[in-house]
Amino acid sequence: MIDTIGMIFIGLGLGFDVLGCLGLVRLPDVYNRLQAATKCVTLGTCGILFGTFLVSGGFTETGFKALIAIVFLVLASPVAAHAVSRGAHRAGIKLWDRSVVDSYAEDKEGEA
Amino acid sequence: MKSRGLMFIFSFVVWCILTWVPDIQHLIAGAAVSMVVALVMGSMFLTRPHMLFNPIRIFYFVFWYVPVFAWELIKANFDVAYRVIHPEMPIRPGIVRLRTRLRSDTGLTFLANSITLTPGTLTVDINRDDGVLYIHWINVVGTDPETTYREIGSRFEPMLRKIFEEDAVEQ
Repeated sequence: MIDTIGMIFIGLGLGFDVLGCLGLVRLPDVYNRLQAATKCVTLGTCGILFGTFLVSGGFTETGFKALIAIVFLVLASPVAAHAVSRGAHRAGIKLWDRSVVDSYAEDKEGEA
Repeated sequence: MKSRGLMFIFSFVVWCILTWVPDIQHLIAGAAVSMVVALVMGSMFLTRPHMLFNPIRIFYFVFWYVPVFAWELIKANFDVAYRVIHPEMPIRPGIVRLRTRLRSDTGLTFLANSITLTPGTLTVDINRDDGVLYIHWINVVGTDPETTYREIGSRFEPMLRKIFEEDAVEQ
């Protein structure tokens, strides 16, 4: 029973990972791609890890590592996305040409 | 000093979980490693140790912030999935300002990370002195401060104020 639930979690996680990668290919610019990459890949990978935790039999050697990995992933992936997007903007990478507004560039003009 | 001690305990517990099942070799190695980590990084770990043991804050964090955050994360995934699968990709991206009244480092970090993992938004930069977050929004509804606050900030800011800010909870 627990194995089945674990397998369902792993399947769902893989599904979200696939969607995230699809977004990485389809969406237009680096910022939109980061959106897909952070959200879908975070939840997808957390799902896979939680499924691993269940399949490996709860609080065992592997299960504990999977849980710790979930915590670190949720803490680290938004920080990484923030670093990449800020770096990209500072390096002068333009937003998609159909973007609506860029307040960050407006505010930064005076300061550079 | 208190921050160093907490850092030592924290890293030692993480080490124990990583090397589960514990035996004497792992424990000794873990103590040595945690000691080094605590000495080098300890002073940066906590600037306000007394906040960590406030039961009201912990209660709010576990039973209010975590469920809301998990729910928003799941919603965010369906939102992105919908936009990716839809043949015409219904997106109107742009970077907007979000004003915040949070001032503490921890509060701002949690706010920025929560915003990144919730539907359609990604924190690009923080200006701490002015209390402004620059947010890449995949579906811009409006750029004036009230709209951005209502659509993005209002989900998390009030509760993070209760959890992390000095003046928000009666001691």
